[in-house]
Amino acid sequence: MRLIKSTLSFLTVIVVALFSFGFINHARTPLSFGEGARVRQPGYNVGDYAADFKLKNIDDKMVSLADYTEAIGFVVVFTCNHCPYAKLYEDRLVALDKVSKKKGYPVIAINPNDAASHPEDSFDNMKKRAKDKGFTFPYLVDETQEVAQAFGAAKTPHVYLLQKEEGKLKVVYIGAIDDDTENTKKDKVKYVENAIDAVEKGEKPNPDFTKAVGCTIKWKS
Amino acid sequence: MILMMKSSIIKTGTLFVDRGLMPFLFLLLTFSFVSSAQIVPVLTFDVFQKHLQPANDNDTVYVINFWATWCKPCVEELPAFEKLNETYANQKVKVLLVSIDFRSQYEKQVVPFVQKNKLKSQVMLMDAQGDNDFIDKVNPAWQGTIPATTVIQASSKTNKFYEKQFTFEELENIIQPLIKK
Repeated sequence: MRLIKSTLSFLTVIVVALFSFGFINHARTPLSFGEGARVRQPGYNVGDYAADFKLKNIDDKMVSLADYTEAIGFVVVFTCNHCPYAKLYEDRLVALDKVSKKKGYPVIAINPNDAASHPEDSFDNMKKRAKDKGFTFPYLVDETQEVAQAFGAAKTPHVYLLQKEEGKLKVVYIGAIDDDTENTKKDKVKYVENAIDAVEKGEKPNPDFTKAVGCTIKWKS
Repeated sequence: MILMMKSSIIKTGTLFVDRGLMPFLFLLLTFSFVSSAQIVPVLTFDVFQKHLQPANDNDTVYVINFWATWCKPCVEELPAFEKLNETYANQKVKVLLVSIDFRSQYEKQVVPFVQKNKLKSQVMLMDAQGDNDFIDKVNPAWQGTIPATTVIQASSKTNKFYEKQFTFEELENIIQPLIKK
């Protein structure tokens, strides 16, 4: 019985091996694969100018970027409470703000999610989360979702690095905070910090656009 | 030797597939048909991308869904893909459920989820190892949110991409015109 079984298994291995070789040797044409072409994103793209906004902070005061007269730029990040990927970045946002604020680029966090469908993202829960996590930056609610729409934000977390240029706000980097969502790499690439370093030197950030997995913004229906 | 390795795979239910281990991937896939609870292979993106590039004359409709156990809308739409897989089992339609959960969540989340929900469509974990280039490589239009689904039929040069939550009817409407009578 055992012999039959192992013979059968062995035959399976042979058949599979033959099949896999056949499969590998088939001719293949990539279907729009790996071109890495930059598709124009909805909303702001790198090089565009962002419009200022006025949104309510967790201290119930209204916040505009124009209030920050001393700032050189801003790390605008769309984030939220409920998304596991956003949660993974909470401590790193606090750490980023510590570094970037000194350089003149304070973090401005915006929650664009519809709290009706995702109660964890309600204004009260934003206040709680900011307190629990010791947020050192404003955490604004984009109740009408108009700011997220204007920026073209698609997900949380989603970063837009802005730099003041002749009174306007130029988008200089869009994408992820770093290349290590799970936070397990020692030598992670800190995209936003690197981008700030680059613009400080008068250079173009490289990369100036990255993509990472995130949670869909929960739009109002 | 091969048999020994195979039995060790079955015991642990886990295997990391690298470029050099292609035959083992197929071994594993074969086994997923034989055994009742499917074994979920872990693929690097390099290995996974072969699924995006069927041979030119291949007229099978591949419905490749990117999901994760932590993603609520993904979990909500999985039954639609399962139904598609079941409804079109005898036709040239292949549903692949590609989890993009972290590799570290394989034993803790992904395998128990697949077992608990008795998923019949082929499931695999794609481990990008923190390299997000795969998003553009799957499709430059992908913003990086899930659920996301790509529908590929090489013979008709079809390569559709959707970043949305699907119903069964919506999926059916996409694949039906592609199925060869």
